[in-house]
Amino acid sequence: MKVKSSYIPYFLILPAFAYLLFFVGYPLVQALYTAFTQNGHFSLATVRKTFTDPYFWDALKYTITLAGVIVPTQVALAIILALGVNRVFKGKDFTIYALTIPLTISDVAAGLIWYSMLSPSGFLNKLLLNIGLINNPIYFFGYQYRHMEFLAIVLAELWRATSIVFVIILAGLQMISHEYLEAAEVFGADYWTRLRKIVIPLLKPSIQSALIIRTLFAMQIFGIVWILAGRDIPILAGEGFYRLTELKEYDVASIYALVIAGLSIILGALYIKFMKAEYLEVRG
Amino acid sequence: MVEVRLENLKKYFGNGKVKAVDGIDLTIKDGEFLVLLGPSGCGKTTTLRMIAGLETPTGGKIWFGDKDVTYFSPKDRNISMVFQSYAVWPHMTVYDNIAFPLKIKKHPKDEIDKKVKWAAEMLPIENLLDRYPAQLSGGQRQRVAVARAIVVEPAVLLMDEPLSNLDAKLRVAMRAEIKKLQTKLKVTTIYVTHDQVEAMTMGDRIAVMNKGKLLQVGPPTEVYLKPNSIFVGTFIGAPEMNLLEVSIKEKENGLVLEGTGLEITLPEEFRELLERYINKSVIFGIRPEHMTIEGVSTLEHVKRAREIEGTVDFIEALGTDTIVHARVGEGNLIKIKLPGHIPLEIGSKVKIVVDLDNIHIFDKTTENAVI
Amino acid sequence: MNEETKFILKKLVFYAFIFTVVAWIVIPIIISTLYGFALPKDYYDPKKILPTSFTIKYVKTLLITLGALDGIKNSVIVALITIAISFALGIPAGYAVAKFIFPGKDTIKLSIVALRMFPIPVMAIPLVILYIRLHLIDTLLGVALAHTAMSLPFVVLITSSIFAGVSKELEEAAMVFGLTRLGSFFKITLPLALPGLAAAAMFTFVMSWNEVFVASILTLAHRTLPAQILSIMAGASGGAAPDYYKFAAAFIMILPAITFIFFARKYLVTMWGITLK
Repeated sequence: MKVKSSYIPYFLILPAFAYLLFFVGYPLVQALYTAFTQNGHFSLATVRKTFTDPYFWDALKYTITLAGVIVPTQVALAIILALGVNRVFKGKDFTIYALTIPLTISDVAAGLIWYSMLSPSGFLNKLLLNIGLINNPIYFFGYQYRHMEFLAIVLAELWRATSIVFVIILAGLQMISHEYLEAAEVFGADYWTRLRKIVIPLLKPSIQSALIIRTLFAMQIFGIVWILAGRDIPILAGEGFYRLTELKEYDVASIYALVIAGLSIILGALYIKFMKAEYLEVRG
Repeated sequence: MVEVRLENLKKYFGNGKVKAVDGIDLTIKDGEFLVLLGPSGCGKTTTLRMIAGLETPTGGKIWFGDKDVTYFSPKDRNISMVFQSYAVWPHMTVYDNIAFPLKIKKHPKDEIDKKVKWAAEMLPIENLLDRYPAQLSGGQRQRVAVARAIVVEPAVLLMDEPLSNLDAKLRVAMRAEIKKLQTKLKVTTIYVTHDQVEAMTMGDRIAVMNKGKLLQVGPPTEVYLKPNSIFVGTFIGAPEMNLLEVSIKEKENGLVLEGTGLEITLPEEFRELLERYINKSVIFGIRPEHMTIEGVSTLEHVKRAREIEGTVDFIEALGTDTIVHARVGEGNLIKIKLPGHIPLEIGSKVKIVVDLDNIHIFDKTTENAVI
Repeated sequence: MNEETKFILKKLVFYAFIFTVVAWIVIPIIISTLYGFALPKDYYDPKKILPTSFTIKYVKTLLITLGALDGIKNSVIVALITIAISFALGIPAGYAVAKFIFPGKDTIKLSIVALRMFPIPVMAIPLVILYIRLHLIDTLLGVALAHTAMSLPFVVLITSSIFAGVSKELEEAAMVFGLTRLGSFFKITLPLALPGLAAAAMFTFVMSWNEVFVASILTLAHRTLPAQILSIMAGASGGAAPDYYKFAAAFIMILPAITFIFFARKYLVTMWGITLK
């Protein structure tokens, strides 16, 4: 049997593509159905039920606030780290390896690790107590210390997820040809000018990728919050999880899932619109 | 416009193990177009980068006029550079690329505009000013790099093999353009290349380098006709200079170059220089175009000539010239370049006429030219 | 201050910066690991910043009494199944993207990446209903299938880049000398791609090993390690387990991941560079 050779690539890709389409398409359709129908008719009852629950608005607020605090800080930190590391020095390989370790650590583990740092008998408190800077431990956890829990989450997430941005930015940095910087140096630009006028503009695509990736994942933040704060700090994924597993409310959980999806799409589109790098668009 | 002076310039890598540049003394005159010529790895690019300030010398000094700029950073040297890969910034338009050096130096806006347009017209690329590099061909990007380099009217203009990434035809055209540009601007220019044709056609003087050392400096004709070493003699000129091992012998009519199958009587004025080589081996060099074959071609402007015998081994018919490979004696193969199309038969015996005023004799051990 | 002093000072500041950064990453890991093996009296002793006496009692209890060992077993099985399925589907797709030019190629590539960006909760929550119907709920296979969906885009992109790195001419030479395209794939391309594929497998393993949301939703009795730990430890205010169990748990969770990535570290930055393109 002679198969037309131009169909071969399609056959090879089909299984993977179909698989992905199913695992994305089916849940999406199912979620829309579960969220917006009741007894077979279109209904906004579930939406009403979710929107009148104060936990929903808290979850929305906290998810967005956490992302708004964490993501820009991570990008700034990652740029500083990448710039610092992108030169020849003793121990460079080990440093880069160390900086990428958090990539391998799950959000649950990261939460537990930071608990060891910030708990009442944790490292930070013991250190400060023994130096004499404080007399009583700083409490990071517990419902009445919610704002401290927020801080703990921010710290833990900065620790865990900056590595992802770091790797993206570093890869982008290494793609910038040395000669571009040497030319700028020859023509009079000092380090900061080179940074501003050559490096950062050429880094824009990487920064854009990093922002999109991190923001989208920040919308789904779950394990780290669950471990460090439980439902003290409600977040969208967490509330969805709780509604599904504890209260068996499939419809409400679907709404939470759809809100996450909606936010992701809006933010992704905004990033793409506002961060276009014109010089990449033009073709000779 | 300054005079650039290199004083015992050295650059070693790996704790002194790799001697990329090993003691160069060179003065580049104000307004001169000097070519640094040599094979890959000879140290010419490293030398250029030290002059630019992109590499710090391990030893020696660099002077711009009467200023010691050895440890100055590039931006304080008032230089411009055209890089081998052009280094035209992809995220800026052509206009912004050219304007960059002026913007850094904080020139007023209308002055920048005037100068950018002036530089663009010189190349000429005025119609490309609002394009992005991705939209340009290699040749156009190269012109942007040159425009950018001249717009600041630097004291010294440095070029690192700027034509090597262009196709052959464009290269020939750009050679002339760059040279014309430099003559007009009168800026001290140091040009690095491994292409000896470029060096010969563009340089006011050529500085030949090999293995980190400067071998010979001089105007193109001087370096070509009077090479001071085997390396310089063979590196420049295509086809390469013929080299034969011979000995100097004393015979009745005077000193003689004696090799297998050839004997050339030398003029008396050579005696003084060759005195200590009598009965010793030397390397005899003669360029293919300084010989001819009796009966089929002639050599112009020959004052003195000698004849040797040979057998035609192979013929390269190039159209404009013919290169005859002839066997002299046992085993020695020499190339003779004759103008036009010369039909000769392989195996035929020929009389090769040698222009005596253009022979070279090199010391076998030092490889330096004696004659 | 002369040039040389300035130079030395700059170097000192730089190395201080590097040291701080590395310490910031490494210290929490060291601390939590130490605490995981500490005796409670050392941990609760406000005078002892670092514990001095150690025990493996709590790690053991975690593994055996609290069932973490089962969790580990489940996680490993899920990860291996995930690798198997995503490679089975992903390698042909990666090969096609690498070696063929066909209309729609760029769109397909883009959509594969876009599918990866799809939020996980949106995939997992509705999946529960389907899984209940298909009797896949609370099975390891069910979790593996979901994990495969998450890792497949990555596998396709990475394998396509790895295969693209195997020069076309090597394969064509094999075909000239008698092999079919399929034969050339198995005898030439695959062996040359093996190191990259091994790294991709390690990354997929780590991703599956660490995944918590989907695993928690889709399982009840047959939990993977993260799902199990989450249910035991959730909520610092509500978690019933004493602190030192938390740290023992952290240790168990991070150990395999850190070891794996140590071996594959050379590939890390290159892999991200690849996915970016």
